[in-house]
Amino acid sequence: MTAVIEKPANKPRPWTAPPRPAWEEEPSKAGLAGKGIALSFACLAILFPLWIVIVTSLSSRKTIDEAGGLVLVPKGITFIAYQELLSGGQVTRAAIISILVTLVGTLFSMAVSVLCAYGLSRSGSLGHRWILMTLLATMFFSAGLIPTYLLVQSLGLMDSYLALILPSAISVFNILVLRGFFMGISQELIDSARIDGAGDFRILQQIVMPLSRAVLAVITLFYAVGYWSAWFNASLYLNDQDMMPLQNVMIQLVQKQEAPVGLGQAIKTGQLSGLAVQMAVMVMALLPVAVLSPFVQRHFKKGMLTGAVKG
Amino acid sequence: MSHSTVPRSSTEAGTLEKVPVASGDTTGFREKPPAGKLSLRHRFRRDRVLVLMTLPAVLLVLVFNYLPILGNVVAFQDYDPYISDNGIVSILNSPFVGVENFQRIFEDSAFWNAVENTLVLFFVQLLLFFPIPILLALLINSVVRPRVRAVAQAVLYLPHFFSWVLVIAVFQQMFGGAGMLSQLLRQNGYDGIDIMTNPDTFPFLLTAESVWKDAGWGIIVFLAALASVSPDLYEAAAMDGAGRWRRMWHVTLPALRPVIALLLVLRVGDALTVGFEQILLQRDAVGPGAGEVLDTFVWWNGVRNQDFSYAAAAGLIKGVVSIGLVLAANKVAHLMGEQGVYKK
Repeated sequence: MTAVIEKPANKPRPWTAPPRPAWEEEPSKAGLAGKGIALSFACLAILFPLWIVIVTSLSSRKTIDEAGGLVLVPKGITFIAYQELLSGGQVTRAAIISILVTLVGTLFSMAVSVLCAYGLSRSGSLGHRWILMTLLATMFFSAGLIPTYLLVQSLGLMDSYLALILPSAISVFNILVLRGFFMGISQELIDSARIDGAGDFRILQQIVMPLSRAVLAVITLFYAVGYWSAWFNASLYLNDQDMMPLQNVMIQLVQKQEAPVGLGQAIKTGQLSGLAVQMAVMVMALLPVAVLSPFVQRHFKKGMLTGAVKG
Repeated sequence: MSHSTVPRSSTEAGTLEKVPVASGDTTGFREKPPAGKLSLRHRFRRDRVLVLMTLPAVLLVLVFNYLPILGNVVAFQDYDPYISDNGIVSILNSPFVGVENFQRIFEDSAFWNAVENTLVLFFVQLLLFFPIPILLALLINSVVRPRVRAVAQAVLYLPHFFSWVLVIAVFQQMFGGAGMLSQLLRQNGYDGIDIMTNPDTFPFLLTAESVWKDAGWGIIVFLAALASVSPDLYEAAAMDGAGRWRRMWHVTLPALRPVIALLLVLRVGDALTVGFEQILLQRDAVGPGAGEVLDTFVWWNGVRNQDFSYAAAAGLIKGVVSIGLVLAANKVAHLMGEQGVYKK
């Protein structure tokens, strides 16, 4: 047992600093401390409120009353607020609606955007300049809230979930990001596939999309977050309270401090705390994005930078 | 030597075809004839699938971005929403009143209040929000441990993905009448304080919310610009005796200049849009005196009061001024030698 297995010397050690170049001076203690404090402060300013929201949502009525409201230190965890909210009723329905609208909407937006981005990505193709201009111009003007509202109404989309998807289905910016990425794929690769007999749909599916996984993941996240966070179109185009997605229900429960339909009695007399219910709804809204976004994090840069739009 | 026998002149190299270039450069050579040489029919046959692929997106844009422009005629009408359930039928049957709606708007003190609030918010946000992502990016960029950097970035990016409803709910739980701050004050014998409904501090509350949500996200473009600075520049500056701060001033900041200019141009072009959803959600809590901006003015008069013509007229004023601002901001960027949003 003399052979000590040594770590490879060049294995990256992510928690330690890489060696400094010879010309760079050693950092001062005060400078390092200042940086550490500033960075910790920025991160705590984001995490501290979230911690309170999560802990309070998991606290019993007794703990909340003892703490005088918001709970900083958890004392026994209970899922009663979640159980009540997710056992059918207003919040359960709203969560299901939000999930379905997000899934269907994201799928639709991605399909339309990817097709359009690929259609515009082969330089020199017929009419692509005109189509690009038509799309680009929309980034500089907005027709206005009232005309858009009247149009959606005229199309018969009031009180329909299509009104939550169609008017905001595509973002020209996202299409430009995708297009920029697709343009970077070499023409030779595409030509050789064409010589092998592949059509444009097949090239997109089997060559372009597998090569663009990172940017597709980022844009999918952007669209999904957009649908998940949307509330204004629902407040504008839906009249039926039973059709409202989660964000709109959150406005009622947290901002307007109403009790969830059917749970008013339990909050007044029972073990359930109104505050825990509010916090639980907030956690339900933040959980999906908080869980998903770090996975795509290292690709964010690709989703932010279009570079110059080339014709 | 053998290489002297190889033909050097391009005219002798059979693969290159001499094509006169439009710019007057008669010595130019191209390997292929330009695309324009193909007949239209040939190009259509080659590219029709590509054009077909863009069709769904183009249709959506035409219907939901271009078609509503026509709807702005209601600004010149006395639109009656009760004529028909269908907006188009109502528009066709409503009487035209010329510029009467615009005259009413210019005499409406509520409109001017909304204009004032919009401009105040724009300037407060510009001064207090804009520098923070730059400072954060410099801070993150100076962190060299990869794991620390990744964790910090994950935390800083996170609130960008929260909805405005959630962000405002979080602020309410912290700074509202029953929030963390009030709770702490009361437990220590002071009166509670409700920042969420205070009209005097409203611009700062909005800015604080924007900073919490988006300042972290804003660092991405700056980090990308910083990553593209050649390390040789820093080394050369250090050789010349520049310390940390001088390197930041003379190397780092100049690298950020084009990005800062572009973002400033975008922000100024968008000056009249100061966070519609964010403000609409809090308009009732602080009241219209401080919480009404141009966008919420349109919403209030149109959606709430059903005075569609009046609201559309206000929206049209905002839209036209905004286009002017975008074009002017780009013009200034070009004059400053920066690229702006589009090229000259």
